[in-house]
Amino acid sequence: MFSRPLLRFVPNGTKINFMRGRFMGLATSAVLSIASVILFLHPGLTLGLDFRGGIVVEVRTQGPADFGQVRAALATQHVEAAGVQSFGAPDDVLIRLDAPPASSADHEARTQALVDSVRHAVATLPGAQVLRADAVGASVSAELFRDGMLALGISLLMILGYIWFRFEWEFAVSAVITLILDLTKTVGFLVITHFEFDLVMVAAILTILGYSTNDKVVVYDRVRENLRKYRTMPLAELIDLSINETLSRTLGTSTTVFLAALPLALFGASLSSFAWVMLFGIVVGTSSSIFIAAPILLLLGEKRLRRDSRPPR
Amino acid sequence: MMYYSRLKLASVLAVCFLGVLLCLPNALRQPAPTVPWRQIHLGLDLRGGSYLLMQVDMNSVTADRLRTLADGTRQALLGAGLGYRDVATDAHAGTVTFTPRSPSETEADLKALRAMPMAVPNEFAVAQRPDGSIAVTLSPEAMRLRATDAVTQSIEIVRRRIDATGAVDPEITRQGDDRIVVELPGISDPERVKHLLGTTAKMTFHMVQDSALGSAAPGPGVSLLPMMNAPDQKLPVADHVDVDGSDLTNASAAIDQQTGEWAVDFTFDSIGARAFAATTQANVGRRFAIVLDNKVVQAPVIRSAITGGNGQISGGFTAQSATDLALLLRAGALPAPLSVIEQRTIGPSLGADSIRAGMISLGVGFALVIVFMALFYGRFGWYANVALLANLVLMVAILSLFQATLTLPGMAGMLLTLGMAVDANILINERIREEIARGRTPLAAMQAGFERATSTILDSNATALLAHIMLFAFGTGPVQNFALTIMIGIVTTLFTTLLLSRMLMVRWYARTRPTVLPV
Repeated sequence: MFSRPLLRFVPNGTKINFMRGRFMGLATSAVLSIASVILFLHPGLTLGLDFRGGIVVEVRTQGPADFGQVRAALATQHVEAAGVQSFGAPDDVLIRLDAPPASSADHEARTQALVDSVRHAVATLPGAQVLRADAVGASVSAELFRDGMLALGISLLMILGYIWFRFEWEFAVSAVITLILDLTKTVGFLVITHFEFDLVMVAAILTILGYSTNDKVVVYDRVRENLRKYRTMPLAELIDLSINETLSRTLGTSTTVFLAALPLALFGASLSSFAWVMLFGIVVGTSSSIFIAAPILLLLGEKRLRRDSRPPR
Repeated sequence: MMYYSRLKLASVLAVCFLGVLLCLPNALRQPAPTVPWRQIHLGLDLRGGSYLLMQVDMNSVTADRLRTLADGTRQALLGAGLGYRDVATDAHAGTVTFTPRSPSETEADLKALRAMPMAVPNEFAVAQRPDGSIAVTLSPEAMRLRATDAVTQSIEIVRRRIDATGAVDPEITRQGDDRIVVELPGISDPERVKHLLGTTAKMTFHMVQDSALGSAAPGPGVSLLPMMNAPDQKLPVADHVDVDGSDLTNASAAIDQQTGEWAVDFTFDSIGARAFAATTQANVGRRFAIVLDNKVVQAPVIRSAITGGNGQISGGFTAQSATDLALLLRAGALPAPLSVIEQRTIGPSLGADSIRAGMISLGVGFALVIVFMALFYGRFGWYANVALLANLVLMVAILSLFQATLTLPGMAGMLLTLGMAVDANILINERIREEIARGRTPLAAMQAGFERATSTILDSNATALLAHIMLFAFGTGPVQNFALTIMIGIVTTLFTTLLLSRMLMVRWYARTRPTVLPV
């Protein structure tokens, strides 16, 4: 353990024929992505407080939570909760309120005032304490949503531009198509798990995109190197070779990032759903480098890349 | 590539040592006040506290300016003995318009208005319109200036008010053009603060137009204002401000000797005292209204001229509301109403839970990666682990140096950085392994490994950096903190992998000259 490595992922010189299964890979990915898009349309994402607006109050009660009592206390303050539910521990209660309709004139002020009403209601419950109380007005949630989407969109464009600049357009386009496919699957995962989609999730998705791009760049880098090295090898064979050569690294890095994110998913309190999405994204991003990005590169570059390894630009 | 000068070695080690030093303030107590002591601040999510995002009502800034401009226009015309009718304001265009008494007076009107004092050069323009009316138009620059001033002033007032509540380490910052962020560590119920900040506390003294009492349309220059204690009752009050509440030097809550009720005593400064004396002297027998945020608190009859510069407001206050009003009057009025549009509060117990969760995750994640690297990469894996530890130290050091805030997402950012950081070592090791398999000598294999891996490492880190720059640019609060730690982490990763761990490998090679590499 202190000098020679004890374990290996894959032996030296693997020759797995990944490209033979390329249509299988693409088809699986397409099915999963289409399913995700359908899930996105219906039932759709569970929007978090950041994007939906409204009020969330987390309360820790003395002993196991009595939801009826909590509802009754809220009723005395004339607060109608959209949801009173448990989360995490049995003595923790989550109270969710929708924002007043944005059409009313003083909806912002009313949103903020509602928090105080909920606090007053909680104060009547013996031994209960407020863990967290958040209220986001309609104008802020709309802005946060817009900014989150802008961050996603611009990041994708910048990644496209960067890879285009460093490689050829075939690489950039196949990377971005793959990233979009990854993105749709992550959205599908969010819908299935009912994880709330908020700014933190946008951060998770952007981190996944960054990580996934990194993974693709490593494979592409090797493809580019081999294009120069083996001038007559057919592209399919060359891509297979490149994937095999980088396989050990791909698996190694995915594992370390996975291991780093795992404790966060298990113990990370409010970040645990963020971490689960990261873990999902790591698996998807790693497999898509091999089964999606490479086949698309093969389809796009079959004629062009092979004719001349450095086409005039 | 395979040689490191002593100087380079020394400087890399010096940076790591400096990193350790910079981390120390987070764990130790400051030995003496003269020792520079910079440490990481815990974010509200870890420490507990309140975050308030407030919106400055810019429409009211414009409306306020137009009201005083309209008032000034009337005064200027009356002062010059000129007549007017149909005074109107248009907030959207920023104009005050009126129709001259007769077209023959137009020239005199223009002259009188152009002589009005301006706060800034070219603050407004006076022009005759085709229909014969005259328009006084505020310049957009002047309005913008006023708006920025209003936000700057609001921040100052907010700071004074919050300081008066005794909050510890409050952070008040501007966000965008018209927003203010207030962060209050340790305050887990911001209700009172919200109330204090949500009150404009603009106090003015006006004359009551008794002649218009009871009429529904009080006429130009007079507004119907509700009574504070009885919103259904309305009193016709002149728009013209006789004395401004900003000319106060002191205010305090007190008990009224006669009634035994809570009241607020105040003292005018010399300007306020003079104006108050002049107004009361000229209007003995009439009623004046004390107006707070467009509500009449009180409208007493002036019995005699008040020259001492002292006054008292009473109007059904409680101990708390009298104390708060005195605090607000001392801190000064907000130039425009503020409203909370986002609030987030974390209780202290949740903060403690989050710190624990973050530390456990960080510790377990770090340990898992270290064990993995040791098992899969042997000696070179341990060098990577040394670099990983240095990476963690340097991240903490940089955050401490800038006294940055650390949130739970920030801790997640650190953890993911550690997971990604060993990628560079893995790339190098795998490359060396390949080169050895191709039959290269250890030296040639290591050289090739370093050379080939460098551009890949730079490429992959650049793309990660791009995504997080966007996140930082468009995110807010905790998400920005996540992006910031990852960006710092990318820089420290490049340093520790491209310099430190590589140097350890090279020095080991130079020392032992092995015939077989441990890959």
